[in-house]
Amino acid sequence: MDLDLTAADEAFRAEARAWLSAQVPAVPLPSLETAEGFSAHREWEHRLAADRWSVVSWPEEYGGRGASLLQWLLFEEEYYAAGAPGRVGQNGISLLAPTLFEHGTDEQRARVLGPMARGEVIWAQAWSEPESGSDLASLRSTAVRTDGGWLLNGQKTWSSRAAFADRAFGLFRSDPDAARPHQGLSYLMFALDAPGVTVRPLGRLDGKPAFAELFLDEVFVPDADVIGEPGRGWQVAMSTAGNERGLTLRSPGRFTAAAGRLAALWREAPQTAGPALGERVADALIGARAYQLFAYAHASRLAAGGSIGAESSLNKVFWSELDIALHETALDLLGPYGMLADDADEAPAHGSWAEGYTFSLAGPIYAGTNEIQRDIIAERLLGLPKGRR
Amino acid sequence: MRFLATAEQREFARTLDALLGACGTPAVARAWAAGEHKPGRELWARIAAAGVFALAVPERHGGMGPLPVELALSFVELGRHAVPGPLAETVAAAAFLERLGESATAPELLPRIAAGDAVVSLCVRGPFAVDADAADAVLVVEGDTVRRTVAHGPVQASLDPARRPARPLGGDVLATGPAVAAAAAHAVEVARLVTAAQSLGLGRALLAATVSYAKQRTQFHRPIGSFQAVKHRLANTLIGLEFAQPLVYAAALALAADAPSAGREVAAAKVAAGEAAHAAALTALQVHGAVGYTAELDLSLWIRKARPLRDAWGTPAECRARVLAAS
Repeated sequence: MDLDLTAADEAFRAEARAWLSAQVPAVPLPSLETAEGFSAHREWEHRLAADRWSVVSWPEEYGGRGASLLQWLLFEEEYYAAGAPGRVGQNGISLLAPTLFEHGTDEQRARVLGPMARGEVIWAQAWSEPESGSDLASLRSTAVRTDGGWLLNGQKTWSSRAAFADRAFGLFRSDPDAARPHQGLSYLMFALDAPGVTVRPLGRLDGKPAFAELFLDEVFVPDADVIGEPGRGWQVAMSTAGNERGLTLRSPGRFTAAAGRLAALWREAPQTAGPALGERVADALIGARAYQLFAYAHASRLAAGGSIGAESSLNKVFWSELDIALHETALDLLGPYGMLADDADEAPAHGSWAEGYTFSLAGPIYAGTNEIQRDIIAERLLGLPKGRR
Repeated sequence: MRFLATAEQREFARTLDALLGACGTPAVARAWAAGEHKPGRELWARIAAAGVFALAVPERHGGMGPLPVELALSFVELGRHAVPGPLAETVAAAAFLERLGESATAPELLPRIAAGDAVVSLCVRGPFAVDADAADAVLVVEGDTVRRTVAHGPVQASLDPARRPARPLGGDVLATGPAVAAAAAHAVEVARLVTAAQSLGLGRALLAATVSYAKQRTQFHRPIGSFQAVKHRLANTLIGLEFAQPLVYAAALALAADAPSAGREVAAAKVAAGEAAHAAALTALQVHGAVGYTAELDLSLWIRKARPLRDAWGTPAECRARVLAAS
């Protein structure tokens, strides 16, 4: 058992650190949840990709570096420690790409992955529907067979950044006669500016306009844009849903960096802050370190030939609750400044605690609510009997 | 990096687990709580024969250590089986003597610790020495001075009846000077680490017993483990333990390397494992319901250990302060 890095891993980390310290914009980009910020972040994705830092874990032929999971974790630590911008390509990179690697065709990978890595095509997720959130398999939007492809109809909603994104991937009911709700679904990709698609921006809790609902009216999708076998969309989606819940959506590096910033805030805090807040800062440091080490163990297990399944639900609950606690503590430390939005004139110069706070509140909801994750943990990891939700 | 127990380490832990499982530790713990130390000493000898105490003693004094990682792994198993006695204290005493340097005591006591012939209590943070009435030696550190005694005041009843504190009395000065304080500080780190590991094992056992009960116990014509409120509480307990475990391993590695970060890593592990096991005990009690509140149920031996272990060798508040100071 050890936590030592090989010379190759150290060199990889050093190269990433040097690149980031030269390239990370000195002035933070505008929020990526706004139209202006979205294009600035798209531009940043392009710069990352130009030097092959956009998708380090992908094979070289698709613009990556073939980095191991451990190297990816190190890259993420460096990335967030350097204060680099949020990743606007996240949904595609962490959800669609693993799906294409596992279930896509060579043609799909060749066509989709390059533009995704360069930030030229930003992907949104079209899974949830007004009546299908946690009970995703009850979804009603349809894909009906037509000449050379499928026609999509229905409504998708709460789609992150769909207001500005280029394309979307989602699940549609292609066989209404299938025996069970999980059967007869297909996984398809479509353009958000295709004829028949209406994108209606939806303000989020923080007032940012990046959420959207999608109305689909006879939207044509060619066969080339179906991922995996038609009718087996649920299996295709679930085989990589663990990626989203687990490490790749919210890497430990985000939290070690944020906990470090929180500790800095604590050191500057007035005496009146009191020891109880100090304990919460310590808990954030401990939690971030625990998540980091948990991920190292996870990477070691995978490198030793192990696999990861329902364990990703442990991650999801842990990081989403850590994120809220960490930001709540920051706001408490900021006292009267804690209520100010990041773009207020008198906002503290400690970075984006306000936006981070509101965003953290979404953590227990997206990527499968924490209630669903706890059911998965109880049933699949502890072996408790299934019951009514 | 290979942040995983090796095959040998896993095998060692499995063997110890099987050995302890066959020893009837609940009866041993109940006897210990009643002040009958004979079954406990027999168990102690078997644990020593398995090599556990030798892990804390250097080779030149008859041991194989110090090996903090293997020590932590074995203390997970000792905790899992609710083994009574001053386990952490004995191991910490070995670390203290080893760090103190050559003295008349080290060559006398360390080989006996390794062989399981010496049960030692160590009192660094006063006022009590745990299980002093069962100990062959009690080391008492006050500032720059260490005394050795066997005398003690009356045994105090405690929350964990198998953990019996008493005030150490009198004794001869063994050594004095700054080296004593430094060795004691190191011993506290070791005690903290193995106590955290013990908590982790204790919590694992509490969760396993509770999951198994929740599958069997039927109310409203269904196993209570099918109710979401019960499931979610058990899921939370697992999350706490799963994220404490890597902290315990990393703390052991830091101590093994004598890394500057060791104090912070050990403190973080102590907070997380102590809190996770304490939460596991409260969950175990709640899910077992009234039967969990009975002393007849062996599980009560585990439940009552959780809180004292969480606070031993550094309360959560103390350990959080340590993490904060080092950040």
